[in-house]
Amino acid sequence: MSDEAPRQQSFYEKYEAAIWGFGSIGLILGIWEAAWDAKMISPLFFSGPSAIAKQAIYAWTQGNLKGDLVYSGTNFTLGFLAAAIAGVVVGILVGWYKKVRMLADPILNALYATPRVAMIPLILMWFGIGMWSKVFIVFISAFFPVLVNTVGGMRAIDRDLLRAARAFCASDWQIFKTVAIPGAVPFILTGIRQGVALGLIGVVVGEMFGGSQGVGFMVAYGGQTFATDTLFVGVFIIALAGIVLTWLAERLERRFSQWRPER
Amino acid sequence: MAVKLQIDHLTKRYSLQREAKQVLALNDITLGVNDGEFMAVVGPSGCGKTSLMNIVAGLLPYDEGTVSIDGKKVHGPGTDRAVVFQHASLLPWRSILGNVRYGMEMQKRFDEATMQERAEHFIKLVGLSGFEKHYPGELSGGMQQRVNLARALAADPVVLLMDEPFAALDAQTREFMQSELLKIWTKAKKTVVFITHQINEAVYLADRVAVLSSRPGRLKKIFDVPFDRPRTLQLKRDPRFLALEDEIWKLIEEESDRMGMVVEDAI
Ligand SMILES: Nc1ncnc2c1ncn2[C@@H]1O[C@H](COP(=O)(O)OP(=O)(O)OP(=O)(O)O)[C@@H](O)[C@H]1O
Ligand SMILES: [Mg+2]
Repeated sequence: MSDEAPRQQSFYEKYEAAIWGFGSIGLILGIWEAAWDAKMISPLFFSGPSAIAKQAIYAWTQGNLKGDLVYSGTNFTLGFLAAAIAGVVVGILVGWYKKVRMLADPILNALYATPRVAMIPLILMWFGIGMWSKVFIVFISAFFPVLVNTVGGMRAIDRDLLRAARAFCASDWQIFKTVAIPGAVPFILTGIRQGVALGLIGVVVGEMFGGSQGVGFMVAYGGQTFATDTLFVGVFIIALAGIVLTWLAERLERRFSQWRPER
Repeated sequence: MAVKLQIDHLTKRYSLQREAKQVLALNDITLGVNDGEFMAVVGPSGCGKTSLMNIVAGLLPYDEGTVSIDGKKVHGPGTDRAVVFQHASLLPWRSILGNVRYGMEMQKRFDEATMQERAEHFIKLVGLSGFEKHYPGELSGGMQQRVNLARALAADPVVLLMDEPFAALDAQTREFMQSELLKIWTKAKKTVVFITHQINEAVYLADRVAVLSSRPGRLKKIFDVPFDRPRTLQLKRDPRFLALEDEIWKLIEEESDRMGMVVEDAI
């Protein structure tokens, strides 16, 4: 962006955060494995890194881990995409048109205030225990953060910019395109990031409640049958998915707020 | 000399929502600004300067009187006027080039090639060549104000309206910007209404200085500024300059005393 020469960074400087982060994880795994090796941990209630890794490889090659991943991934992707699109579209309409806002506000507030878990039995009744109930649970989990943030972004329209646009004879449509929407983008992306996190919880919880597939089921089943290794494989997969997806969402957020001055 | 902007018996009241009463902000203002003239408007805080400018810009409704340009009454914002706001009000997600183009894009008076050419021309005029691709957040306050000015000039208005555009700048940057503005104005030959509460700034820049009384704003007096152009900052130390500044100062002080206010530090 600027023409000042980039200073040469050493390998350490460049990856400082990563080095320390992986270092701490490595240390914890090391201590954990040592304790496991010394039989200080009961295999009934806990497990060790090597045992979990072994179970993961077994489940991947012999078991149905691939199928579970595809199943959960599909549920999440479908539900999340629908939520992101619906959340942004409804959010823009609610934020921009006063009439739509007055119409939609009471319904949305009531739905927003209800904990999503409380709706799961109802959703299972409606959609059955197959994949569509999971997709829908992901959808309602991710929809509200996207919606609420989008509406907030549309309403946070900058008065000064609005006045400047008006002074240059901008039409409502031009103001919508050049002031309201670009101003709302950072808010929308924050909503997407929160939606990713909540959608992930949604897919896991949804699969725990019914059905016989997916990573959520794997965790629940592992717990019920004291297959602690299996349970941990599931937990690690969920954690990893959370880290990767949040990281992607953050990248997206940064990509679209390039213009923001450094804070 | 032909009158460009004519304000006639303009009255503005604000209705307060909490109490069922109205506040008189501007009272029967009549003021004509000639073609190519630099008119400064000064007055105590709260006397209605910003209201006056927003009305002329077409951004604020008013109660009585008329505002006309070239004899035609104005309704709402128009391409014949452009505003330089006190806060730069730049779109933070547009580059400097995009911001300078913004007014033109909204008004759709120029084709693409002309817009680009004009944007580049005015960026150069305000001394920001090389910063086209930067974002407003990466510029200093003074540079942002110059973008604000370039955006208004690029829209090719007949009348340029400026509301305390340098108020947020430090003294040094402010003086620099004043000189720059005079240079640009000499080249661009626009009719300018420049609002400020710094008397010193008004006298240095303007052909005439209109003084408003404290609330409700009335036109108290118009001073002619006789100094030759081009003016340099040396002028600010000329005894005649100081005498005129003092005369205006006393008039405003009288006004503020009448309202029981302390006059803001004018330096
Ligand atoms: N939206 C509003 N509602 C009610 N009263 C208002 C409103 N805007 C301004 N006023 C009143 O009108 C008067 C003139 O305000 P205005 O902002 O035009 O003054 P000003 O001369 O620009 O002041 P300053 O030098 O402090 O910027 C003030 O006394 C203010 O209280
Ligand atoms: Mg003001």
